[in-house]
Amino acid sequence: MEAVVAIAIGVLFGSGVWLILRPRTFQITIGLMLMSYAVNLFIFVMGRVWIDKAPLTLKPGIPAIGDYADPLSQALVLTAIVIGFATTALYLVIMIGARGLTGTDHVDGKEPKA
Amino acid sequence: MTLSALVLAPFIGSLVAASLPTNARNREAWLAGAIALFGLATTLRLYVPGQTVYERIAWIPALGLEFTLRLDGLAWIFALLVQGIGVLVVLYARYYMSPADPVPRFFAFLLAFMGAMLGVVLSGNLIQMVVFWELTSITSFLLIAYWHHRADARRGARMAFTVTASGGLCLLAGVLMLGHIVGSYDLDAVLAARERIQSHALYLPALILIAIGCLSKSAQFPFHFWLPHAMAAPTPVSAYLHSATMVKAGVFLLMRLWPALSGSEAWTWSIAGAGTVTLLLGAFAAIFQRDMKGLLAYSTISHLGLITTLLGIGTPLAMVGALFHTLNHATFKASLFMAVGIIDHETGTRDMGVLRGLYRQMPYTATLAIVASSAMAGVPLLNGFLSKEMFFAETLLVGGDSNWWMSYAAMAVGVFGVVYSLRFITVFFGQAAAPFPRKPHEPPRWMRFPVELLVLICLVVGIAPGISIGPVLHQGVLAVLGPDTPHYKLAVWHGFNLPLLMSVLALILGAWLYQVLLRRFQLDRRERTPILYRLSGAQAYENAMLALSRAAAFWLHRLGSERLQAQILAMLLILVGTPLWLVGLPEGWRAPPPQAADPYFVMLWLAGGGCAVAAAWQAKYHRLAALALAGGTGIVTAITFLWLSAPDLALTQLMVETVTTILILLGLRWLPPRLTPKELQLTPPWHVWLRRSRDLLIAIGSGLGMALLCYAVLLRPLPEGIAAFFLEKAAPEGGGTNAVNVLLVDFRGFDTLGEITVLCIVALTVYALLRRFRPAPESIAIPAQQTSPLDAATRQTPAEQANSGYLLVAGIYMRLLLPFMGITAVYFFLRGHNLPGGGFVAGLIFAVALIVQYMLAGTHWVEARMHLRPHRWLGYGLMLACATGLGAWAFGYPFLTSHTAHLDLPVLGELHLPSAFFFDLGVFCTVVGSTMLILVALGHQSIRSHRMPERPDARQERS
Repeated sequence: MEAVVAIAIGVLFGSGVWLILRPRTFQITIGLMLMSYAVNLFIFVMGRVWIDKAPLTLKPGIPAIGDYADPLSQALVLTAIVIGFATTALYLVIMIGARGLTGTDHVDGKEPKA
Repeated sequence: MTLSALVLAPFIGSLVAASLPTNARNREAWLAGAIALFGLATTLRLYVPGQTVYERIAWIPALGLEFTLRLDGLAWIFALLVQGIGVLVVLYARYYMSPADPVPRFFAFLLAFMGAMLGVVLSGNLIQMVVFWELTSITSFLLIAYWHHRADARRGARMAFTVTASGGLCLLAGVLMLGHIVGSYDLDAVLAARERIQSHALYLPALILIAIGCLSKSAQFPFHFWLPHAMAAPTPVSAYLHSATMVKAGVFLLMRLWPALSGSEAWTWSIAGAGTVTLLLGAFAAIFQRDMKGLLAYSTISHLGLITTLLGIGTPLAMVGALFHTLNHATFKASLFMAVGIIDHETGTRDMGVLRGLYRQMPYTATLAIVASSAMAGVPLLNGFLSKEMFFAETLLVGGDSNWWMSYAAMAVGVFGVVYSLRFITVFFGQAAAPFPRKPHEPPRWMRFPVELLVLICLVVGIAPGISIGPVLHQGVLAVLGPDTPHYKLAVWHGFNLPLLMSVLALILGAWLYQVLLRRFQLDRRERTPILYRLSGAQAYENAMLALSRAAAFWLHRLGSERLQAQILAMLLILVGTPLWLVGLPEGWRAPPPQAADPYFVMLWLAGGGCAVAAAWQAKYHRLAALALAGGTGIVTAITFLWLSAPDLALTQLMVETVTTILILLGLRWLPPRLTPKELQLTPPWHVWLRRSRDLLIAIGSGLGMALLCYAVLLRPLPEGIAAFFLEKAAPEGGGTNAVNVLLVDFRGFDTLGEITVLCIVALTVYALLRRFRPAPESIAIPAQQTSPLDAATRQTPAEQANSGYLLVAGIYMRLLLPFMGITAVYFFLRGHNLPGGGFVAGLIFAVALIVQYMLAGTHWVEARMHLRPHRWLGYGLMLACATGLGAWAFGYPFLTSHTAHLDLPVLGELHLPSAFFFDLGVFCTVVGSTMLILVALGHQSIRSHRMPERPDARQERS
């Protein structure tokens, strides 16, 4: 499992990096989305890979360490996902705003010299 | 009343002054005057002669930092000077400022300066003193640039600030060294450690740095050039800051640190050397000024040089002379500045080439100015004479019997002083060649009063020094010299001696030299200072600034890039390179992995990874496909969360995925078509291929690095973190079994509060940006798909489509679905504390429920039926969350402490109601509000009528 998760994160991150090095604003936006998936997953699995151990302490008694997944990394990622949506919205609006103002969707606001 | 009130009152007054209306000259002046008078009274009342009064306020006790105020004799004298001249300047400024000037700004800055200056003189801690010191530089900058529409004011302000603030930084460095040597920044500790300081290896650098600070502040050579340019300030400012008080801060600090630093050879050479050069330079240049304020500025430079020289000489008697001259100079120079201000105010000019015969129009002012300039020249029975004689006596002493250079210099300054004083008073005599810009007459009664009072002090001190200024001066001398206080006597008559001879000689020679200059050198028509104009410090400063900005531009051009891609590339390289450099490659890991891979999971990620790579590929060619593919990756991520025991994350990710896709779909319309479509079959040049290969390598490298890092971490055992604590306390103390939700709304509630605030800010920013949104011209027209004549739906509005058109079924279905989705949201919200769900998820579900209605029936239809005000959701949500947090205060607990109430309801039975429930409700409202605000604002762009940006050629055709 660990290897699969690690490779998945690597693929997402690499795709994101490729995209944010591109010159068009839409590519950057999609790239940042992919990178944020990768980073969220990365932070999440810093609490390690647990299967069927959701952090719901429904059983009575003092919870033992191995019984539940790490709730801290999950809580951190949960807000990060929502904030990620807000920042994507901000990128998008800046992207279309810059497009209207500069007449191009190049990240520098002007087409590169040929 | 305490010392801190003394320092605080002007700052508070400054805030009040800033908020008064623009034309409230009288109220401003009353306020400022009252504060200065209050300060005077407090200073007089608090001081205990011969002792030091302290006030210490603990600031960060753990670090031993405290705010120390300290009032001894020296601080007392300077505080009296600052506030006494302050009162007079305020009164004067009331009449000087024109009704058109925005006076709140003036008095606010003036009061802030007063506070900063009092902070400097009263500080008992060196660092604290430097902070106030820099504050005086800032307020001085603001005051010089008061008439900021004038280029000379802006230039002068910048120059003064650059020089004095850079000096202040040197001072800070010097003070830090001093503190390092002594082991404390406390002034008393520093003053007591003379031997230790002077024998330390860092003494010389510390002395030089502190000297640079003091000399630059007091306009001493080679930093003197800023002061004449600072004369662009209104005259009350020149009288107050640039003659009586701020420029005295440098000599004040030299006096303050005199017990600790003085007496060494380095001290004498640096301080007395700079002082002597300055006093000659200033006095010489003063003779050749045409501007009356310019003359006074150079004369100030010269007199400050005199004080500095006395301090540099380093004998106790010289110290007495320095302090005495500081006070004398403040009185006669402030009155002279005010007199010049009156002349400028009444005639409209300050040009000594033009001004003549003012005695007839303004005899009072003329008499006052003549007396004050006599004090400046050192005429007997005036205060300037006494301290100048002390100076002569000290210079005779310093060289002994053989070395007379210092005495020659002193003599030259005496002569020059007489010359420029004579030059100054020529404006009152003779006959003007041309009429002045305005017809002069005496100023208002109370505008003249400060001048009268200061001149009176000049006379009283000059005639009876022993009983007038003597006791005051003695307090300051005692504070600096302590047991070394020499025996001295302030008297007009010391018998026939060499200093007296020098004074008389200076007067005679000065009068003679003035005549010679006038007759032979056409003094009244000279435009520049002979010889010295070549050594223009101001020009050197401007050149240095120009070179600095050129060098900055050069390096920016060489090392920086305006292109985003280059910047991102550099960031990524550092991101990938730094960990490798810091920790090296991860060491070999333990095989085999502890958990076997599930084949379904592998297949899931084959799809997810494939989607990501395909999205990366398609983002250039087909935006919609790329968006769908990225969404696929998002879904796979959500499933992964669910698989790996994070149901809350899975739910949130799923909903966020939905709204993000809608969001970008709404934005896609405003993007331009691709520039070079594939059909053109353009082959990119080789360097593009090279760049792409490089980027691909970086992408693969960073992906690989991330995967390796992740794998390396995952195979190490989980260190004992704080997870166990949260799991243990979630149910008993947080009142919920869903540890993630309890963490969000309880344990880390403050964090969540911050995050929803960010959410609000972003949503409002998006909204604000979209209000000013100007789309590109070609995307304003309705898209081709919506205008096709073949499609019957194009002739219907979205509302018609959903109510009677082809979307009828879907429309009814969606409308029916709304309550169910609402209930789902409520369900997830209510169970959130114990089972997966909570404010974030419920908010997103509810937002999606509303957005679906928009999507189907259009904006008009929905908004005609539903008054949804996303701003209010945002506001109420944040308020509810904050109020829940603040509620804890009412019960004496820290912010955001949660409490679980147990209610016994008749039908429902026992109900656990944690206060976190209300906090979560706030989160819910904020999430609904911000999501709706963003999406609706974006959606509205399509129905807004956008003005076509006019093409330039169209405008030409019309005209």
